[in-house]
Amino acid sequence: MIRIALIIGMVASCTLGHATTIVIGAKESVTRIKDAIALAQPGDTLLIKPGIYREGNIILQKPLTIKGEGYPVLDGENQYEIFTIHTNHAVIQGLKFINTGISSINDLAAIKLLESQQIKILQNKFENTFFGIYLANSSHVWIEENELQAQAEFEHQIGNGIHLWKCNNITIDKNKVVGHRDGIYFEFVTNSLITNNHSEGNMRYGLHFMFSNNDEYRNNTFMNNGAGVAVMYTKEVTMVNNSFIHNWGSSAYGLLLKDIRDSKITGNSFLENSVGIFMEGSSRNHIQQNKFYQNGYALKLQASCDDNIISKNNFQQNTFDLVTNGSLVLNKIEANYWDRYEGYDLNKDKTGDIPYRPISMYGTIVERMPQAILLWRSFLVLLLDKAEKAMPILTPENLMDVSPAMLPYDFN
Amino acid sequence: MTRIIKYIFYDILRTRFIIFYTAFLLVCTFAFFQIDGDFGKVVLSLMNIVLMAVPLVSVVFTTIHFFNSYEFIELMLAQPVNRRSVFLSEYIAVATSLCLAFVIGVGFPFALYGAWQSISTLLVTGIFLTLVFVSLAFFSSVLTRDKAKAIGVALLFWFYFSLIYDGLLLWVIYTFSDYPLEKLTLTLIAFNPIDLARIIMLLQLDISALMGYTGAFYKNFFGSNMGIFFSASLLMLWVFWPILVSMRIFSKKDL
Repeated sequence: MIRIALIIGMVASCTLGHATTIVIGAKESVTRIKDAIALAQPGDTLLIKPGIYREGNIILQKPLTIKGEGYPVLDGENQYEIFTIHTNHAVIQGLKFINTGISSINDLAAIKLLESQQIKILQNKFENTFFGIYLANSSHVWIEENELQAQAEFEHQIGNGIHLWKCNNITIDKNKVVGHRDGIYFEFVTNSLITNNHSEGNMRYGLHFMFSNNDEYRNNTFMNNGAGVAVMYTKEVTMVNNSFIHNWGSSAYGLLLKDIRDSKITGNSFLENSVGIFMEGSSRNHIQQNKFYQNGYALKLQASCDDNIISKNNFQQNTFDLVTNGSLVLNKIEANYWDRYEGYDLNKDKTGDIPYRPISMYGTIVERMPQAILLWRSFLVLLLDKAEKAMPILTPENLMDVSPAMLPYDFN
Repeated sequence: MTRIIKYIFYDILRTRFIIFYTAFLLVCTFAFFQIDGDFGKVVLSLMNIVLMAVPLVSVVFTTIHFFNSYEFIELMLAQPVNRRSVFLSEYIAVATSLCLAFVIGVGFPFALYGAWQSISTLLVTGIFLTLVFVSLAFFSSVLTRDKAKAIGVALLFWFYFSLIYDGLLLWVIYTFSDYPLEKLTLTLIAFNPIDLARIIMLLQLDISALMGYTGAFYKNFFGSNMGIFFSASLLMLWVFWPILVSMRIFSKKDL
């Protein structure tokens, strides 16, 4: 029964899909988008010709396809939200949104979806918008190949690039977000796929998500964001092949994990971050085959983490490979490559014969007294570290990699 | 004076020590390049050499040279030449030969590999450290007539600045870690040329180490023009005060 209903529905939508196209432009019979929406039947296509459209807040409650030709500009005049959508089966494609209003009471956005489903937002451009794309209580939405750019100077003057609240089954692919507060923001978003996005120069986090289970992140790049990427209060997240590059500053993290469980972090590269990964209260995560290169701290593993497996990663040229704030060891660290490892491999199985202790004494001292960083790389510190290696007093004795790799893994 | 400098220069070359020193630096630098192609890492490894070996060699070589040429100095002073010019010639000859050895030993491989810019800071701080420790060695040499004692004092300078001082500093930081120590540590750093050189280099090379509030504070200070001026003038001070004091002592000393 359901199947028949589905088929009828599909046939109906097909016939509707071939319905009329309404052309909007200064020289056309319809000059305003609002008029066109009022005229249109469900399933119609609105084709917007190039030009500047200043129509305040446009409310869309019909399943329409809205396409732009040559990027027509929709101007919010620094006052309005531009599109508010509450419908199913709509497409917004090829438009350019500029200058939405700024408000600290309402989250004004260029495109806001409220309780909508089956929406596609494709190849749009956003300039100087407060929130770019804002989804609330929606599902099955595709957000692809959009470019969002903002030039805010302060965090309170700007909203998030792509903001999702209480959504599921969302695909976010090949978008570029620059200069917003959070590049991509997720709260209560489940079963979603985030791929090939580029998030750069955002004031707060490149990607910020909370309470968002069963999501997958692949091939994204997070660069130069104020505080890197934060992932909190979530379980079963997959993060694969992402790049976390140059998130630099006194409170910046490549990846901040807080209360994360049963997640997989594989094949990512952490390059030149103040802290590669900061982990707090996280359990049962697999951190494997990642590349930590030239970070201040490659991994800050707080003592509140347990049962994590950290294996087969490359740690190269980091100032400190690993620091922690306790002596209890509940995580498994094995078969990583550490460029500071000085052991030998007698039986030639490419695994070092003596364990490696990744925590340097000086790392521990600096963790307690940040001013002590001043003596970094002095002869004294070298001696202290050597002495500590021979006879651990300050650093947890059992925290070690029992089978360190002799050669770096080749992940390319 | 130039003639005296020339003779001392020949004398230094004849001992061949300076050639060994140059060769040592050359071998080290080339070896680092062999081990790791990454210029940044080579510079970091060399930094350890600059901070440890350069002061040590400067100090030991200078004191030994001073006492080995004691008779030459006495002979010179029998001539109608100013004591100051003899002393200054000694200083200039020793300092330039050590600096040259350093620049050739470290700079040549970098020039060969075409990474000239990346070591400019290293070269400048290395030269400064050489000058500072040659000054200190001269100071210890004029303090006493006994060669062994002078070498002992000179080595103590080296030991003090590269190890003991940092230990004391760490103790201060440890003891007073509840207080804001940024300005205090900044002042204390100024009293140690090796620390000063190290921080200047760290800011160029390894800023990832300097993080957090403290890191930001130091970076703001040493990274600014004011900070560069401050550290450069402090290093100058470290070059000049020992040499001026020892010149005073030398000109009044009963040889």
